[in-house]
Amino acid sequence: MFAEFMQYLFSGLTAGSTYALVALGFTIIYNASHIINFAQGEFLMIGGLGSVMLMQYGLPMPVAVVGAIVVAVVAGILVEKLAIERAGTNDIVPLIIITIGASLFLRGGAQFFWGKSIHALPAFSGNTPINIAGATILPQSLWVLGVGAVVVCLLAWFFKRTLTGKAMLAVSHNPDAARLVGINPRFILMLSFALAAALGAIAGAVAAPITLTAYDVGVMLGLKGFVAAVLGGLGSPLGAVAGGLLLGIMEAFTAGYVSSEYKDAVPFVIVLLVLFLMPSGLFGSRATERV
Amino acid sequence: MGMLKTLRTPRMGLIVVALILAAAPLAFSNPYQYDVAIHVLLNAMVAVGLNLLMGYAGQISLGHAGFFGLGAYVTAVLSANYGWPVYLSMPAALVVVAILAFLVARPILRLSGHYLAMATLGLGILISIVLRTEAGITGGPDGMMAPPLSVGDTPIYDERYWYALIAVLLLITVWLALNLIDSPVGRALRAVHGSEVAAEVVGVHTLGYKVLIFVVSAVLAALAGVLTAHYSGFVTPDLANFIYSIEFVTMVVLGGMASTYGALIGAVILTLLPQFLTGVDELEMMVLGLILMVVVIFMPTGLVPTLGRLMPGGRR
Repeated sequence: MFAEFMQYLFSGLTAGSTYALVALGFTIIYNASHIINFAQGEFLMIGGLGSVMLMQYGLPMPVAVVGAIVVAVVAGILVEKLAIERAGTNDIVPLIIITIGASLFLRGGAQFFWGKSIHALPAFSGNTPINIAGATILPQSLWVLGVGAVVVCLLAWFFKRTLTGKAMLAVSHNPDAARLVGINPRFILMLSFALAAALGAIAGAVAAPITLTAYDVGVMLGLKGFVAAVLGGLGSPLGAVAGGLLLGIMEAFTAGYVSSEYKDAVPFVIVLLVLFLMPSGLFGSRATERV
Repeated sequence: MGMLKTLRTPRMGLIVVALILAAAPLAFSNPYQYDVAIHVLLNAMVAVGLNLLMGYAGQISLGHAGFFGLGAYVTAVLSANYGWPVYLSMPAALVVVAILAFLVARPILRLSGHYLAMATLGLGILISIVLRTEAGITGGPDGMMAPPLSVGDTPIYDERYWYALIAVLLLITVWLALNLIDSPVGRALRAVHGSEVAAEVVGVHTLGYKVLIFVVSAVLAALAGVLTAHYSGFVTPDLANFIYSIEFVTMVVLGGMASTYGALIGAVILTLLPQFLTGVDELEMMVLGLILMVVVIFMPTGLVPTLGRLMPGGRR
């Protein structure tokens, strides 16, 4: 009974830390520009599938993973430079459509160049399960949790202690004032896409041995990360992490105790309920509209 | 350019569309071409409805394939599993979708921007998950058969009859859309699109109008779904796929938001696109993505309004 509970908790936390990293990617871009980047899931796909592909070219795994992260970052910067910046609009609907276009383009490109088959990235340190409190946990799950924790700490340090990080925060609070004190918002926007792409690719690569990877894994993972970000209140990094973990845990418990078939429905039911009852998310500030 | 000007009066525009629909079969020589044309018209039906919501009410929906798929399934389930005659199961499906759309419209349309996008997207995906999972009723991922539409005891399989039926229904859809836009409802909607708060201040009941348009556009999507079910003879959960919701949005954006003819043209281009890419099917998704980005960046108002502005004396 308890062992079962722990088992679901572990698998929920593992999935949840992936969602948390995706949600953080959404949050970083949202804070820099108020854009929701629907291509965020594709960065995960590039991280996972890209690593597999680079390994097939004969690269050792660590190099392949780093290479895939670089590919994702380049893709992120290109999306921002060639599409978002060119559009030069602040309207939400066109920006949503552009990032959806970018996601289709990246997904289609992966399908075209890397094929449609499903791949598994080898686990980073073997597949011997570890016993904790009667539950078995894969070493890769520990990788996911560990990497997630390290990345979150690094981000916290980046935003609190570095000048660039503080500049990004400044832009999220007040873009005009930030510009007045000499912060270049274009650079911040580019940086936010690069950072979000890196986060996504890292999450995609460490999760790929568990979730498997293919050209279209980004759709669901991206949407769930978006749900996690909305759940936590768009724009709140703490909310993104909490929303991601919460989402993963609720999904795992639904799969375990209620119905495994409806596992994928959980995020969308939750987000609809949250939006209907608490339209600003769990940790979001109330929105006011200026006329 | 004469034509574009003509299109500015609703009645003349409608006659032009009717003539094109009537003349098109002259160019068709085999059932396959009719089949492609039918899919163009069905998509156009959804796009015209979605354009009312996106172009006039200014509300995005990333979930209209959900209504399309739900409509298809309700009529298929009622007629195949419960033995309802098709002429009853089809309107019943529209009623079911209308009720669902009405129930969710209020809470959903209170949201705006990203939250609205998220909610419509979530609703569409939920519908597709339910269709896929309730295998006892829906046949699960493999889908199910839908009985053909029949007159008396004669089932209709001939593509030509289907083309005629769907063309007439599309024409009625376009007529309804044009009238709605020119009615007080349409003016109120344009006010909502311009500034919702300002519209409310001058006494426009904004939420009520948005709910109305949401339901109308959902029912039009369902109508296309219902027709698809009985025309093709089977339904699969893929009908409600997220990617189709995106394709419908692309049709509206490509043709030009707030232009009914734009929605028609967007549907034509996007439905014919795979025909031009035969042999390089894998490129379809990349091309679709590229179209979305290029149109929004270089022609933010879409094809028809952009061309209209390039014409001498053009305004819309």
